[in-house]
Amino acid sequence: MLKVLMPDHDLSTRQAVISVLVENEAGVLARVIGLFSGRGYNIDSLTVAAVDEDKHLSRITIVTSGTAMVIEQIKAQLDRLVPIHKVADLTMEGPHIAREMALFKVAGVGEKRVEALRIADAFRARVVDATTESFVFEMTGATDKLDAFAALMRPLGLVEVSRTGVVAIARGPKGIHG
Amino acid sequence: MPATEMLSGAEILLRALKDQGVDTVFGYPGGAVLPIYDALFQQNAIRHILVRHEQGAVHAAEGYARSTGKVGVVLVTSGPGATNAVTGLVDALMDSIPVVCLTGQVPTHLIGNDAFQEADTTGITRPATKHNYLVKNVDDVGRVIHEAFYVARSGRPGPVVVDLPKDILINKGVYAGMPTAPHKSYRPVLDPDPAAIATAIRMLKSAKRPIIYAGGGVINAGPEASRLLTEFVHLTGFPCTNTLMGLGAFPASDPQFLGMLGMHGTYEANLAMHGCDVMLNIGARFDDRVTGRLRDFSPGSLKIHADIDPSSVNKNVRVDCAIIGDAGRILAALIAAWKADAAKPDTGALAAWWKQIEQWRARDCLRFRQDMDPSSIIKPQHAIRRLYELAQETGKDTFITTEVGQHQMWAAQFWKFERPNRWMTSGGLGTMGYGLPAAMGVQIAHPDALVIDIAGEASILMNIQEMGTLAQYRLPVKVFILNNEYMGMVRQWQELLHGGRYSESYSAALPDFVKLAESFHAVGLRATKVGELDDVIREMLRVDKAVIADICVDKGENCFPMIPSGAAHNEMILGAEDEGPKKGGGPGVTEEGMVLV
Ligand SMILES: Cc1ncc(C[n+]2csc(CCOP(=O)(O)OP(=O)(O)O)c2C)c(N)n1
Ligand SMILES: [Mg+2]
Repeated sequence: MLKVLMPDHDLSTRQAVISVLVENEAGVLARVIGLFSGRGYNIDSLTVAAVDEDKHLSRITIVTSGTAMVIEQIKAQLDRLVPIHKVADLTMEGPHIAREMALFKVAGVGEKRVEALRIADAFRARVVDATTESFVFEMTGATDKLDAFAALMRPLGLVEVSRTGVVAIARGPKGIHG
Repeated sequence: MPATEMLSGAEILLRALKDQGVDTVFGYPGGAVLPIYDALFQQNAIRHILVRHEQGAVHAAEGYARSTGKVGVVLVTSGPGATNAVTGLVDALMDSIPVVCLTGQVPTHLIGNDAFQEADTTGITRPATKHNYLVKNVDDVGRVIHEAFYVARSGRPGPVVVDLPKDILINKGVYAGMPTAPHKSYRPVLDPDPAAIATAIRMLKSAKRPIIYAGGGVINAGPEASRLLTEFVHLTGFPCTNTLMGLGAFPASDPQFLGMLGMHGTYEANLAMHGCDVMLNIGARFDDRVTGRLRDFSPGSLKIHADIDPSSVNKNVRVDCAIIGDAGRILAALIAAWKADAAKPDTGALAAWWKQIEQWRARDCLRFRQDMDPSSIIKPQHAIRRLYELAQETGKDTFITTEVGQHQMWAAQFWKFERPNRWMTSGGLGTMGYGLPAAMGVQIAHPDALVIDIAGEASILMNIQEMGTLAQYRLPVKVFILNNEYMGMVRQWQELLHGGRYSESYSAALPDFVKLAESFHAVGLRATKVGELDDVIREMLRVDKAVIADICVDKGENCFPMIPSGAAHNEMILGAEDEGPKKGGGPGVTEEGMVLV
């Protein structure tokens, strides 16, 4: 294979969304995280859950950033871990969908409270908890949409945020194994 | 016959080892592994070698593995047994040596309770191994052991830990025998892509100043790969250099061999690397000891990298053609494609290139001056040269291990390795204390061979306890100490890079190595001047016992050529006359380089 995606000496960094299909066994997450910390790679977000109970498969989605050469290294290093079935760079392999879910707690009364609810409505955030002085909004969307919502909520009494991190999947009929 | 025979976990373990063809285990007992020791006691198929320290067990297994091509096996207890093994595991990881290390563990119901001699072995060894396992069910013991061997030896080899809680070793379960299905997720690519081979051949055929740079991957691919390398080098007429790990992959006496490359490599090898226009790296990883300053590494060349590990490609050096696969299969494919390709290599350019290389070779960069007056001080290089020559006279198959330091580099420079698997040194990790236990493992595997640990007086003390193992198993390993009373390599760096401030690098209060040998039931010999050297070596080679030969050598000798850290290949220091300003650094020594190891 003559490397077509040859990493060049380009020092500009890019973000990559990497999907990793792993054997659902003890220690596999520690291996992946240890790889990133041990080799000094960035983790912008990481999510993991079992996706196929019968085949003992879990899927890890990692958002990372680095130069093209570093991202090629990350994929190669992940791929050589023993319990890893498949590594896919969704950013490079065509269009994909990336989503996060978040819960936002906003506390306030009067005009601010009304404003928070109005913006939440515009963003299609759902109210999942309410008291006379607070809301918890649930929202799913692309990372920047969640960021934008958090920024708008901050002056309106944003108390805390809990985010899942990114999950992602390629568009079209082909699966990660294809 | 019962359909399912119930066996203890320990018995299943031994059956699985036997099915893997294991004949030797290097180990040290303790509470958590007593069930395994009990099972070992009741069988004869597997021989247990009792080491004196668990680090020694791993290095011994490495020596066994590197000299046989088989997987080395280690057995240690929980807690301190496992933590003592960690240095050996990292050593095997860095040098891609197949080792399976069985560690005892506290019973499953106590894991996480800070029980006596509990350590988080899988946690501690996760970055120290290629892979590790904690077995939680007796019925998994057999499967996990077979998987561990498969992982250790397949693809780029490495160490694998299997952590075995004591209750699992005692519980009864069934053993299903050898696995029939392939591994679920780990299936390294062995056969090269024909398109990559074709690209490589196109580049090689059009080369004017080619070089072949071969590393430990060729050795790991088995002796046939070394034979194919030799065939390919002869077929092409190209020059060939080896890394420290690759010595023996190509015969040192061959006129096409340029010697070792890298920090202490030869002038001709490094300048050929620097000046080549096409480079074929096969089974090496562009390590920093080899490349020197990256941005000036072989600046004008097209680079072909053949490796079994895709993560080695484009890690340090950007290459123009990557070939993923087993080194032997790649070489076979290259040979076939070279022959099938109609294009003629540029023989005129190649002849001019060889002429240039011969000029570099004529510098005789390994030259040293030994005063042959019998009372003269012994030069370390001369000691190794005489050891080599006199060892040749024995006609025995000879295996060399080393510790780490100047003596290691001199051994690499002056020993002529004609065949693979005869040279074991700690390359990637640079572990002082490697050589003696590794030699032990080699001698176990090759009882009739001549096995020599070329050592420094500082390194040898790091695993000196293994002299006891040599005595117990009557292993006639020869420990050849180049005693310069200094951590010579540290002293050399302090001389060249730190203004001659010899901070803590003097080997004070050394033992009397002759008496030390005798107290370990071995033979102790000493040479203090050149007139005594040959007799001491002859005597060492003659006696059929373990020997420590204390060779008192010149304390101030430095190892050259040297490319200082952070310098480029063409900024090599050739010798004492070439050192430039003595205090504070010779040519090529930069502030940027000073931070490098
Ligand atoms: C376990 C370990 N600790 C420290 C070092 C750093 N180190 C590299 S070479 C060396 C000196 C070795 O001295 P000696 O064994 O006498 O060999 P010489 O260089 O004198 O031949 C030291 C301390 C090392 N490589 N390994
Ligand atoms: Mg020394």
